[in-house]
Order: sequence, then C-alpha cells, then structure tokens
Amino acid sequence: MSAASAAVAGRSAGAGARKPRRRGAGWLGFTPFAAYTLVFMAVPTVLAVWGGVTAEDGSFTLANFSAFGDRSILKAFENSIVLSLAVAVASAILGAILCVMLLAAKPNGILRVVVDAASSVLAQFGGVMLAFAFIATMGSSGMFTLWLQSTFHVDLNSLAPDKTAGPLLYQPAGMFFPYLYFSIPLMIIAFMPAVEGLRPQWGEAVATLGGGRFSYWRHVGAPVLAPSFFGAMILIFASAFSSFATAAALTNSGILIPVVMQQDLSSETASGVTNIPGVLAIGMIVIMAIVMWAYSVLQRRAARWQR
Amino acid sequence: MSRRGSARVGAAPGRATATVVLVIAGLAFLYPLYALAAFAFQPVGQHSGFTLQHLKALTDPVRAYQYDQLWEGIQNSLVIALVTVLLMLVFLLPAMILAELRYRRVRQAIEFVCLLPISIPTVVLAVGFIPVYQVMWQATGSVAWILAFAIGIISLPYAFRPIQSNMAGVDMVTLQEAARSLGAGWFQTVWSVILPNLRRGILSSALLTVSVVLGEYTIASFLQQNTFQTGLALLEHADPYVASTFALAALLFVFIILVLIGAAGTIRRNRKVSTWSPSTATLPPVR
Repeated sequence: MSAASAAVAGRSAGAGARKPRRRGAGWLGFTPFAAYTLVFMAVPTVLAVWGGVTAEDGSFTLANFSAFGDRSILKAFENSIVLSLAVAVASAILGAILCVMLLAAKPNGILRVVVDAASSVLAQFGGVMLAFAFIATMGSSGMFTLWLQSTFHVDLNSLAPDKTAGPLLYQPAGMFFPYLYFSIPLMIIAFMPAVEGLRPQWGEAVATLGGGRFSYWRHVGAPVLAPSFFGAMILIFASAFSSFATAAALTNSGILIPVVMQQDLSSETASGVTNIPGVLAIGMIVIMAIVMWAYSVLQRRAARWQR
Repeated sequence: MSRRGSARVGAAPGRATATVVLVIAGLAFLYPLYALAAFAFQPVGQHSGFTLQHLKALTDPVRAYQYDQLWEGIQNSLVIALVTVLLMLVFLLPAMILAELRYRRVRQAIEFVCLLPISIPTVVLAVGFIPVYQVMWQATGSVAWILAFAIGIISLPYAFRPIQSNMAGVDMVTLQEAARSLGAGWFQTVWSVILPNLRRGILSSALLTVSVVLGEYTIASFLQQNTFQTGLALLEHADPYVASTFALAALLFVFIILVLIGAAGTIRRNRKVSTWSPSTATLPPVR
C-alpha cells in the first residue's frame, strides 16, 4: 500500500495516522471511538462503583454497604425486583402470543411494518409521556377509572394493595400496567425473529408423521423457542429493572431503587459525594451482571436453531 | 429462508383467531393513547368535551412564561440530537468501516462495546456522569449540548444496529477491492463507494439516535439539565393539558419516523439478507 493512500485511510477513519509506512498504523483509526467509550462509558461506571466504596474523605471503605441494612432501601430493591419479575413473566407470555399471531400477517406487509415501528416507539419511548398516558387512563380521574366507577361502581384505587400509599398508579402494583405497556413491544421486537425462524418444513414434517397442532407445539415449537423465550424474558426484566423515567414521572417517593438513587443524589450532589447512590449502583450492577450472564447462556442455546 | 407464510403448516395460527387477538391487542394499546388525546383537549376541570383553548394558551403572551422552559428544553434537545448524530458519525461510523474493511476481528469487540449500554442501567451511568460533568462544566459553563456525549453512549446500541445490518447485506470487502483495483485511493473508496452503499443504514441510525435523544429523561434529570422530557415533566404540574398535547405530538412524530424507516427497509430490502428491519435491528442480537 502506498504511503499516501494509507495516510488517507487513517484520516478518513477519523484519526491522523502519522506513520503510514508502519503496518500497525491503521489501528490508530480506532482511537477516537476507543477514547470516547472509555471516557464516557468505562470511566462513569468505574466512578459510580468507586463512589460506593469510598468514604466522604475519599478513602476506601466498605461502610457504605450498611445501606443494604436500611429497611427502606431493602424494600425498594424488593419492589424493583418483584415488579420487574412480574412484568417480565406477564409480557413474555402476552408478547409471545402476539408474535405467533403476527405470523398470520404477510412478512413484509403494512401490518408488520406498523407493528415493528409501533413496537420500537413504545419500547424505547416510554418514560414521561407514558406516565402521562397512564395518568389520563387510570389516574384518580382517568378515563378507565371513571368508566369503572360509572359502570360497575368500582373504585380502581380501592383495589390498591397498600391503602395508605395513595392512588394505585403510584404504587408498584399499579406501575405494573405502564411497565407492561413498554415491555410487551420489547418482547415482540426481541422474540419475533425467533418465531419467524420456525421452518415450515418442521410443520410439514410433523404433519407427515401424523401429528396435529398440539404435538407440533409440544415437540417442536416449544423446545425450539424456549431459549429465545426465556432470553427475551430476561431482557425485559433487565429493562424494567433499570427503567427510571416512568417511575420518576409517576411518583417521587422512593419506592423503586432507581428513584431512591436520584433522591440520595439530590441530597448529596451539593458536596459532589455519591457514596450511597454509588453503593446502590453496585447492587444494581451485580443483579444486572447475573441477569445478563443468564441471558448470554440462553442466547448460545437459542443460536443452535437459527440460521 | 422461511418467507412464504402460506407454507407454514405448524406455527401459523388461523386467520380468524389471529385477527381477533391482534385487534384486541391493538385496541388495548391504543386506549391509553386515546385517553391521553381526550384529556389533552378537555375543558379544564371536566371529564369530557372538546376544546382548543389549551392550544390557544400556548400563544397567549400572558401565559408565555409557563412554556418558556418547555421551548428551551425542546431547543436543547434538538441541539443535543444534532450533536449526538455528529458524534456517532465521527466516532462510531469510521471505527465500524475500518473494522469491516481491514481489521475484521475487531468487529466483535465493537459490537460488544456498542451493546454494553443495554446491560449497564442508565441510572448507574448517570451517577458516574455527575463527577465527569462537574469537571467538564468547569471548562464550558453549564451548557446543555454537552449532554450529547453522555446520551451518545446510551444511543450506541440503536446507532450501531442499522449500520451493522446494512454492512452485513453489502459485501464491503469485494466492493473495496473492486474500487482499489480500478485505481481508487482509500479516501475515494470510502467516500464514493462504501458510504453510498451504507446510506440507508446511516440514515436509520441517525433517525433512531434522534428518537432516543428526544425520549431521554434519566440523564438530563440526574444532571439537572433542561431538555424536552424534563420540560414536559415540569409542565405537567403547571399545565397538564399542553404537556399531554406535546407528549402525543412527540409520540406521533417518532412513530412516523419509524414507519418511514420500516417502509423503506421493506421495499428496498436486499433479498439475501431479508431479516433486516430497523426495529428488530435496534436490540441485542437474537441469534
């Protein structure tokens, strides 16, 4: 390769490769990307964890872990985990049913395009706007609440498990519904490729062997889809567990762990100290690490049946 | 590949069942949006009716101060969106092209890094961003557009996927060799052969990045900056009607963007790699 062309290659890759004659100079093209992700992904994660294991004066300590003995923090962790689990299981089942139903639609038809787009919007565009929609639906004077009242004389908020914690929607039990609203689309996005990967030949094989629809699902569909199904379920757990915006827009009492983190921050940022949020971040990272490890194991099993 | 739906003996449900279930699901998903829309145009204090008075309030100079923060937030978000897209073009795209053409083993490392933000909770990153930004803001003053560096990280998976799928559908190495053997230099190869072939992926990637930025709330809220979403959250207390209108408009806007990407992806889809779709392309690999 000529010196000039190598230099251009280096420049077009975003970095000035100074010594084009050297064979390894092209590697320098990765510098901007590496530097960016290092400074804005690795460093913040390390700093968050670091804040958890240092005292206010900056010395190393494990004392912050006493936060996990705090009853309200434990309760918030419990709420977060239970809510995410319930959301993951429910949306995995409902989403999987919808995925199978979508097989009836033409693969490149308008319905699939609309469902794909709507799923993407709803899956990543939740947050504040989703909270608004659910306040208008099942808040104290929401459309659904009023309809239940006028038609069945049932007060939605009287169904809340914790009567002292205000309206249903501002408790984890009520947040279940907005969380479902962004998790089912996520399930469709994550699970649809697996469902589409079911080969027609397998169905034909079952039919040739005299099997009906039930034996198809029992012996072919379910075993093949199982790893993708549980993998997608784990993904939903992870997304619900780390979701902040929806909960924060609904309530500012610290009932879920991400909201607790922000509250602790706003009482601490003045001094620039992030000890308690840091130690909670460690807790979240540990849970997410376990979850993502399980996800990768399942993905490896799922990969056998695809392609 | 199993593209012919009629051939599905096994999995495909009956048409009637599918229609009934999908219609019910569709209505269930539309209901909260309908409730939001109905609320946005309700007269104050009533639970039914239709009025445009809330939209008029937007242009009322007496009440303008209420909406100042929202307008400023929208401006900030648009600037952040623009800067984030530029960051992706400057940092991510060249690295991906370089890996695809010359260092193919690095591709996996890039994919790993780009998908990592999915497994790090945004709140954790946000806690870490606070000390980082305290340093940065000492140099620049408290300006919002710098948030683009942080938001760029959480939009990495969404920016990465469409470009990756596009690259998988184009044989870039052969294209490159062809261009080089015709005498094109590296720059000319990338500029007039590689990039035009990646146009669709880059466009989808940019649009998805914009939609992530417009929907971003966590980082802005942790760093106490004013963006579209934090502005909406604040306005909810002062004027929930107008806040709802804006929420609806934003949802609709992003929905239309994604339908357009989806339609373009379907029509001009490369037959050989027909699983490409921008929305399935936005999430962790399912294979």
